[in-house]
Amino acid sequence: MRVLVLAKEGEQSKAATPPTPEAMADYEKFNGELVKAGVVVGAGRLSPSSQGKRVQFDGKKRTVIDGPFAETKELVAGYWLWQVRSMDEAIEWLKRAPYDGGIFEIRQVSQYEGA
Amino acid sequence: MGSSRSVRYHSTKAHEGALAIGPREADTSERTGDAETVTTDAHRAIEAIWRIESARLIAGLTRVVGDIGTAEEIAQDALVKALEQWPTSGVPEKPGAWLMATAKHRAADLIRRRKTLERKYEELGRDAERDQDGKDLETAIDEDFGDDLLGLIFMASHPVLSKDARVALTLRVLGGLTTEEIARGFLVPVPNIAQRIVRAKRTLAEAHVRFEVPDGPDRVARLASVLEVIYLIFNEGYSATAGEDWVRPALCEEAIRLGRILAELTPTEPEVHGLVALMEIHASRLSARVGPSGEPILLLDQDRARWDGLLIRRGLAALERAERLGGAMGPYALQAAIAACHARATTATETDWPRIVALYDAVAQLAPSPVVELNRAVAVGMAFGPAAGLDLVDALLAEASLKTYHLLPAVRGDLLRKLGRSAEAGAEFERAASLTENVRERELLQRRAAECAAETNLESLR
Repeated sequence: MRVLVLAKEGEQSKAATPPTPEAMADYEKFNGELVKAGVVVGAGRLSPSSQGKRVQFDGKKRTVIDGPFAETKELVAGYWLWQVRSMDEAIEWLKRAPYDGGIFEIRQVSQYEGA
Repeated sequence: MGSSRSVRYHSTKAHEGALAIGPREADTSERTGDAETVTTDAHRAIEAIWRIESARLIAGLTRVVGDIGTAEEIAQDALVKALEQWPTSGVPEKPGAWLMATAKHRAADLIRRRKTLERKYEELGRDAERDQDGKDLETAIDEDFGDDLLGLIFMASHPVLSKDARVALTLRVLGGLTTEEIARGFLVPVPNIAQRIVRAKRTLAEAHVRFEVPDGPDRVARLASVLEVIYLIFNEGYSATAGEDWVRPALCEEAIRLGRILAELTPTEPEVHGLVALMEIHASRLSARVGPSGEPILLLDQDRARWDGLLIRRGLAALERAERLGGAMGPYALQAAIAACHARATTATETDWPRIVALYDAVAQLAPSPVVELNRAVAVGMAFGPAAGLDLVDALLAEASLKTYHLLPAVRGDLLRKLGRSAEAGAEFERAASLTENVRERELLQRRAAECAAETNLESLR
């Protein structure tokens, strides 16, 4: 199954503080392990929400809202797409990530509807 | 017989049960008490951790103890310890390291006992073979595990084993699948798979197959054997040869995962990237090739908007890597290039059939086979008209190896139908339906036969 891992780093993504070299090295090491295990199928880091846009739908009306967005806790700073065998496996991998703050959310991507 | 077999570790049957039953029950059982919840949660975590760690664990142990069977038993002993302790003590912070340390102790213990035993044999004047050098055990086990994984991949796919045995052993020790899961994947009774794995381990030990990453001229053949196993697993998932399901995505995913791991371990092998490309591109169509009630939808009838763009991009990138490494003419890279022709066409009519014919020509030169000829005939039929395709198919009718191959009459039926020869086409589809073991595919072929019958009736009315 494929899961989307969302890094909800809250304020961090708004402030866009660049990670320290040590933190980057830890991340690279962890990501390297994931890649070697055939888990990572996609990944990306998002620019701060101040550069983001929202489009709100209301019937025929579309309203464009400029960032930054207020709900800092829900702001996504980055994502991974993982190929894993179960949600439990995704949890076990994520627990090993070298982070000391923030909330990460794992969501299953629906696939093979017909199968 | 090698030293590795001189001391038997105790049976693992109960342990397999523990793994197979424990975590699985957690999904269905009602959670009544807190204690039970803790236990089932821990079991599920342990199962997931086992999936992540077992291959590296078994690989490292195999290097040290010499044979897969013993290594797997030691690894499973560590797993049993985890199942006993973690539900009460909690999952350790570094569960992989915990398992490794526990297994290491057991391995060191075993080798010490082995040495003692051999000393006794020697005293008795027996010839005890030795392949363990005097290296310090703990350090030996601590060495780099990346190479170990590759060594295990090569060992589990050793040509001394039958294809079935290689597939089962690879899924077991590298995929971390239980015997039950493998049996379910291949619709084979559990005891058969268990037997297959036991025999495979015995064959490897008896043939003194060394734990190594082969080099030189041997490497090509050994790698081909590994790739064949991965592709067999993929194909069984992609078009199940038997049973109710047309596809079993879990097997495809397992194969792709193995392929991706192998590509990381052998980044300069073009055919590895070729195989990964082939599997990624084929897998991109998984959800498009099955209809709402499980019926197969053939390539040209698929809704291409449902193809998985991410897998296509990954596949095309892997193909490019294979070609950059000089592997454009490798058998897997060629097949991937054919798959890429379809992947690049946004609609079926945009397909570059002449290029596909050319690619099949290359495949046929490299590895001629009746099945390749049949595929080529399909491409020729699309590129240059059904009559040209039919000529090629008719030339294959005498081919003994295709006598019971359902796709021969299926393809012939398709070409005949396009030529307006509905009655003959119907008979071919009937024949194809009678030859396939897959229920879904049979239904599709019977439907086509019925359509041809309707067309025939219509013609007779005119």
